Amino acid sequence: MEKIHLELTGVNMDFPTPNGSFRALENVNLKIQKGEFVSIIGHSGCGKSTVLNVIAGLYQATAGGVILNGKEVTVPGPERAMVFQNHSLLPWLTAYENVELAVKTIFKGKKSKSEMREWIEHNMQLVHMEHALDKRPDEISGGMKQRVGIARALAMEPEVLLLDEPFGALDALTRAHLQDSVMEIQADLGNTMMMVTHDVDEAVLLSDRIVMMTNGPAATVGEILEVNLPQPRDRIKVSESTQYNHCRHEVLRFLYERHGKKAEELTEDETIDETVVDSSEKSPVVDFKESQQPKNKVA
Amino acid sequence: MSTQSIESRTFSKADFKAFFVSFAVPILGVLIFLMLWSLLAPKVVTSLGAVPGPKQVYSQFEALVVEHKDERQKQVDFYERQETRNAKKLAKDPEATIKVRKYAGNPTFFDQIITSVVTVMAGFLLASLIAIPIGIVAGLSKTVYAALNPLVQIFKPVSPLAWLPIVTMIVSATYVTSDDAWFDKSFLNSAITVLLCCLWPTIISTAVGVTNVSKDLQNVSHVLRLSWWTHVRKIVLPSAIPMIFTGLRLSLGIAWMVLIAAEMLSQNPGLGKFVWDEFQNGSSNSLGRIMVAVVVIGLIGFLLDRIMLFLQKKVSWDKSVALR
Repeated sequence: MEKIHLELTGVNMDFPTPNGSFRALENVNLKIQKGEFVSIIGHSGCGKSTVLNVIAGLYQATAGGVILNGKEVTVPGPERAMVFQNHSLLPWLTAYENVELAVKTIFKGKKSKSEMREWIEHNMQLVHMEHALDKRPDEISGGMKQRVGIARALAMEPEVLLLDEPFGALDALTRAHLQDSVMEIQADLGNTMMMVTHDVDEAVLLSDRIVMMTNGPAATVGEILEVNLPQPRDRIKVSESTQYNHCRHEVLRFLYERHGKKAEELTEDETIDETVVDSSEKSPVVDFKESQQPKNKVA
Repeated sequence: MSTQSIESRTFSKADFKAFFVSFAVPILGVLIFLMLWSLLAPKVVTSLGAVPGPKQVYSQFEALVVEHKDERQKQVDFYERQETRNAKKLAKDPEATIKVRKYAGNPTFFDQIITSVVTVMAGFLLASLIAIPIGIVAGLSKTVYAALNPLVQIFKPVSPLAWLPIVTMIVSATYVTSDDAWFDKSFLNSAITVLLCCLWPTIISTAVGVTNVSKDLQNVSHVLRLSWWTHVRKIVLPSAIPMIFTGLRLSLGIAWMVLIAAEMLSQNPGLGKFVWDEFQNGSSNSLGRIMVAVVVIGLIGFLLDRIMLFLQKKVSWDKSVALR
């Protein structure tokens, strides 16, 4: 196995509420390799986005932590760029200026003005938005806004690109175009990408691995499914392959048949002590070999 | 053809309706008010005669214009006389020391308007320069907000008339006027009183606007690791602009009301003094002249608000929002 690039160990996340603290995540363990595309899928409110926010450093884990390249990360940083669910572009800046804001902050003193300009334009070309540099967010469509959001994140030259339901608010056709763009970009740049989604097809099409999360509260990793299809994928060819349909079936089965229940509630043969939070070794389904087990049963 | 004519007819109907609502109805409202005024005013008899109706008030306005022109003419004449006198003196003896005196006539109604507008703008601008930064800091930091909140809440409801004696005493103690001083004491008294009263709405609105910056944009700022200053400039300020302007417009409205009251009470030059002088004067024209002042005060207040609205439209990034 390659060196681990990004690792989550025993991550707990508690939010304070008026009625005491609410445990959103419990003992989340994940190991991600460089250049991997990992999707996190689960029912609404299961804490998918919380995982991403912990990695981004926007939330600080109550217990456990995130290690990137052997260093713990607790605050946001440009090496973990984020594409937000609702684009989150500054409405008072043009597309160019939105990307420029990121570039100016991160490459201050490292790139000259003309280099910055080139870099911004290059990133806008990556997302096919070079025609709308001077448009403001309210003048472009939802898909275009999301493209600019991706360009902004890419322009930070991130090691890990975090995508928080990036295409959730888009229509099916626009979504397909953007998915193709993301695949194209990953093939070009080879970034590690983590995407939160609730779209099964999207997860199977884009991911190397799919992390399926149990329902909250105290959500955790239920199963991890490997998608053994060569990248980059062609959505039409892939849709005919048995592996694709198998993966799709597996995810659907997890989501709807098992309702994302916790691992120990379902697989009696696995001895997992969930009550001992700190024992990360015994945590449910840490690496994907374990996660293969339930899949094999069905196959 | 026929559909086109139908379309154009419905279009003009809509146009007519828009015209009706935006022009005809307001004018009708004003006309009804004027009619009621002219009908009811003569029925109220005071020690200075019957309350004047719109016609008498308008004739008082004309009288004030005439007075103003006369006064200006006197001023021009004065300087002309002074100049010719000095020129004669110099012609006789080039070494002669000549005196240049300032014309010391009574300020007219229109002079008082200018004084008041300048004073209110000075107090308001200074207050805004202080209040907006305080509001931003209070909005960004819960600690600063907690520290400021009791002070703001206590000082906000204080009437200008309560501030005035304190301001007057402090100004006369600390500000020593000479002949070539930049500001008159009276100007400072009025402007500072205005300032003290119109700080609070701007502070509160700005703080609220800053606190309500969207969580998404704050996250963007975190992920981009924007510096504090860039965060304020690029994210906080543009987000808070609408609330800042709400505060500024409230403040300017208060400022204008406060100023008139302060001028009346302290006899500082301005429209307030004009009203008070006319009241003390007690001539048969006084009520009419005060009513002219009332209308003018109202119109200027309205105009000031429109100017703020215009500025808001200029500064605001979202041109699609209907501002009113």
